[in-house]
Amino acid sequence: MSYTIEGNTGTWEIVVGLEVHAQVISESKLFSGASTAYGAPPNANVSIVDAGMPGMLPVVNAHCIRQAVRTGLGLKAQINKDSVFERKNYFYPDLPQGYQISQYLHPIVGNGELVIDMPNGESRTIGITRLHLEQDAGKSVHDRSDDATLIDLNRSGVALMEIVSEPDIRTPEEAVLYMRKLRSILRYLGTCDGNMEEGNLRCDANVSVRRRGETAFGTRCEIKNVNSMRFVARAIEYEARRQVDLIESGQTVVQETRLFDAQKGETRSMRGKEEAHDYRYFPDPDLLPVILPEGYVEEIAASLPELPDAKKSRFIADYGVTPYDAGVLVMEQQTAAYFEAVAQGRDAKQAANWVINELFGLLAKGGKDLSETPISADDLGRLLDLLNDGTISGRLAKDVFAIMFETGQSPARIVEERGLKQVTDTSSIEPFCEEVIAANPGQVETYRKNPKVIGWFVGQVMKKTGGKANPAVVTGILQKMLDG
Amino acid sequence: MSLDRSTVARIANLARIDVPDDQQEPLARELSNLLLWVEQLREVDTDGVEPLRMIMPLPPRWREDSVTDGGHADVVTANAPAALDGFFVVPKVVE
Amino acid sequence: MSELTYLTLTQARAGLLAKEFSVDELLEAHISALAAHRDLNAFITETADLARQQAKTAASRLQRGEAGLLEGLPIAIKDLFCTTDVLTTAASHILDGFKPPYESSVTRKLWGEGALCLGKTNLDEFAMGSANVTSYYGPVRSPWTAVGDNVAVVPGGSSGGSAAAVAARIALAATGTDTGGSIRQPAAFCGITGIKPTYGRCSRFGVIAFASSLDQPGAFGRSVEDCALFLEAMAGYDPNDSTSADLPVPDWKSEVGGGVKGMRIGLPREYRVDGMPSEIEQIWQQGASWLKAQGAEIVEISLPHTKYALPTYYIIAPAEASSNLARYDGMRFGLRVPGKNLAETYMKTRGEGFGAEVRRRIMIGTYVLSAGYYDAYYLKAQKVRRRIADDFTQAFEHCDAILTPTAPSAAFRVGDKMDDPVAMYLNDVFTVPSSLAGLPGISVPAGLSASGLPLGLQVIGRPWDEMTCFKVGRAIEQAADFTTLPYGLEAAA
Ligand SMILES: [Mg+2]
Ligand SMILES: [Zn+2]
Repeated sequence: MSYTIEGNTGTWEIVVGLEVHAQVISESKLFSGASTAYGAPPNANVSIVDAGMPGMLPVVNAHCIRQAVRTGLGLKAQINKDSVFERKNYFYPDLPQGYQISQYLHPIVGNGELVIDMPNGESRTIGITRLHLEQDAGKSVHDRSDDATLIDLNRSGVALMEIVSEPDIRTPEEAVLYMRKLRSILRYLGTCDGNMEEGNLRCDANVSVRRRGETAFGTRCEIKNVNSMRFVARAIEYEARRQVDLIESGQTVVQETRLFDAQKGETRSMRGKEEAHDYRYFPDPDLLPVILPEGYVEEIAASLPELPDAKKSRFIADYGVTPYDAGVLVMEQQTAAYFEAVAQGRDAKQAANWVINELFGLLAKGGKDLSETPISADDLGRLLDLLNDGTISGRLAKDVFAIMFETGQSPARIVEERGLKQVTDTSSIEPFCEEVIAANPGQVETYRKNPKVIGWFVGQVMKKTGGKANPAVVTGILQKMLDG
Repeated sequence: MSLDRSTVARIANLARIDVPDDQQEPLARELSNLLLWVEQLREVDTDGVEPLRMIMPLPPRWREDSVTDGGHADVVTANAPAALDGFFVVPKVVE
Repeated sequence: MSELTYLTLTQARAGLLAKEFSVDELLEAHISALAAHRDLNAFITETADLARQQAKTAASRLQRGEAGLLEGLPIAIKDLFCTTDVLTTAASHILDGFKPPYESSVTRKLWGEGALCLGKTNLDEFAMGSANVTSYYGPVRSPWTAVGDNVAVVPGGSSGGSAAAVAARIALAATGTDTGGSIRQPAAFCGITGIKPTYGRCSRFGVIAFASSLDQPGAFGRSVEDCALFLEAMAGYDPNDSTSADLPVPDWKSEVGGGVKGMRIGLPREYRVDGMPSEIEQIWQQGASWLKAQGAEIVEISLPHTKYALPTYYIIAPAEASSNLARYDGMRFGLRVPGKNLAETYMKTRGEGFGAEVRRRIMIGTYVLSAGYYDAYYLKAQKVRRRIADDFTQAFEHCDAILTPTAPSAAFRVGDKMDDPVAMYLNDVFTVPSSLAGLPGISVPAGLSASGLPLGLQVIGRPWDEMTCFKVGRAIEQAADFTTLPYGLEAAA
């Protein structure tokens, strides 16, 4: 897959690395006992530790360490058994201590990788540079007053995993696929719920451009605040084009932090706020080094669920579904489980088809996701059984499915109550066949020259029986009558 | 290492401490003297020496993940120079 | 002035338990002493009402035979410990009006043991100083004056208010904190006993931080036994402080008199610094002779990196302080000096809120951590610190405790050494090395200088071995029989 930008002076390619901040799923904060719950009144989920009160000390939340290691293992990364929390010093009103406790020289997770699946069936491996734990800052509210900013520290101290990729991404689409895949893995692991709207998955993109064929990197800009999957591609596209235009007009790209403005669809410099940052990192003397006990990593490794890549391979191998369908089915753990429940002991390709095309189609139309499905996996399976054992026809199956979706009733009950059972008994079908043959002598003539016209007769009979007749039985009777 | 006025101004800004112009020069001299004095550390051979990380080695000390605090915005903001509706009020932040 | 204030903490405790006097009598005697000595400026906040309230509970607990370790005993708290709803200042303008909605773990323990809070004592601003002259609330003067001189001398610092309060018989005991000598040096200057325990022995939770890797709460008393009793009440594991040690607190008070027979006491040869006054050298030798006379063996040891301890300390402590003090920004508590905009509000609040010494240390600390200088200063200092700590480890292969002078001189006049920071820093030349190594150290009054001011000896122990410090300290105390009282107190005694 290649993505290039045509400039006035030649062809350019883009180089992108992503820094993702993923909020750790935990009850309490990284260093305090205050709740991480979303949407609380201002400063309700704040302990005096989070407010940076004098004399307050951080104490590490064991679960957050576990979650970081779990995520590292999910990214096939090196786990560092000795990591260090450091202080990143800067002043900002939503940063109560005057420093963010983060990890710098010794992160808890080192090199790993993430495989993205391209729509053309190819896959690419994007390197993970590191994952480290750090605390979130509070929230500034600017729109309540003209001359003041209001500060809510509910988020202050919530655990984040900063996951940094290598500059391996070459297209805006790959960036989106990377985000989707990362989100999928985090959700499988139960370490981040990946909700971009609530801000618990945030993306900064490092973007640079270079002439096609060049191997050195250009000067990069860091784009902050890319807060939805849609914006990831748009921000990168805009920024890359901006850089190409700059260079081609004889200017240079200045390494800086830029903000993505979703309304205008453009990036703009944050230089005003930037000044000369000098974070003065040093190990936090209030915290001990994070030394993982013997057997700790192994125990977490043993508890990992089957992750999307492994599941996808298994679906392809065991169920014979296409790589594309497998990719769709494994994106969410819940979807994969639903599919497996339907496919169990049935035709898996058929099951995949019904889950992806029929069920997802109706869900998407209603703006729902799988957790809100009115059709249980068991019921969908029973519907396929009714179809496959000839109780209902393929045409009726879709009607029954629609009713199931609306009413949540079981397929057997719908078929029973609405009398949709397929008719297979010849004596009740024969009169309809006779009627159709008698009323269409012309078509009978045509049949003599072209036996394929039998399909037309079958259609007519089906119509008369309201779709309930078994098409194979109808065909048999018609053949006998027309040939006889 | 001797500090000049501009370095003092840069450090003062990093530390968010107002140093009036007429105090920059004397402060630069004072800090330079201190730095000169601490630079005797260069004499110490520290090749291969691990920097000290923990004075008293202790086992990892982690807490259980449970909610044990919060629910008192009034207490948290009780000492604030300005507060409103549970928020801290600070001078306008220009984005 | 009542003789009740002349009791030691241990004696007062015994007196209360034996019902020789009441909690009220003991407390009111101390409240009177507090009022009589306001000229010392030892307290920033007096809390007589709080003490009287606590006294009611104490009296009834004593009555019921449920007395805690310090039941009914009036003490003072360095104003670096946060105390619920009681003004807590760190002696800084920047904490104007700050009343913490929480209690430090150490003071919580003390109240739990029944102690009565007389007030919050003055200190050097944010515990940065060795003379208690940097307080926003004005200098503390020592109850001592030099013979033939009525100019006030400094009480030492940073816990100068606590030391002065105990020396002036205002409080039976007091808390302090020691980062580079801030308990031991003022104890020596004020002729009382002070112990800095092993780093991690007392919780730092709720203690306003100066330099986190060095700060350690400790105790002042008028005897070694008092310090042992008081420290027992303060010490212990605290899950809120990751650097607090989960170790049992020994029964120090019962064993202080264990003696030094068979102990090996090390004298570090590097502590014979150039220009050390001969009276300091003499008191040191005197201390060694006393211990030898009581059955200890005196050995010479070497702490080769001693001379680098102060410069190491003056990189690490300011570096940590520059970060620890970033939270004083005028946004959530304390002083806010409004400016035209946010940036100016930060600059003015911190520019006006911090005093000169604090500003100086924040600037140095910011510089040594800044881009391009970290390795040359901070990292280098942490490596030298490792070497200093290793020196002690090796020395303790040859001895059980180390004896040194506490300070290189007796107390000096208020106003001296003010224009040269390095001269001021040299006050801590004997206390800083063991602070960098996290070791316990006690200062015990051992004699008087030629000008009639107290001189102290320091005993440094192995990690977690406060017990040996107490035993050696007690042996010196017995031999020294230091009974001289500060000015104005002789008459009342
Ligand atoms: Mg980053
Ligand atoms: Zn981050």
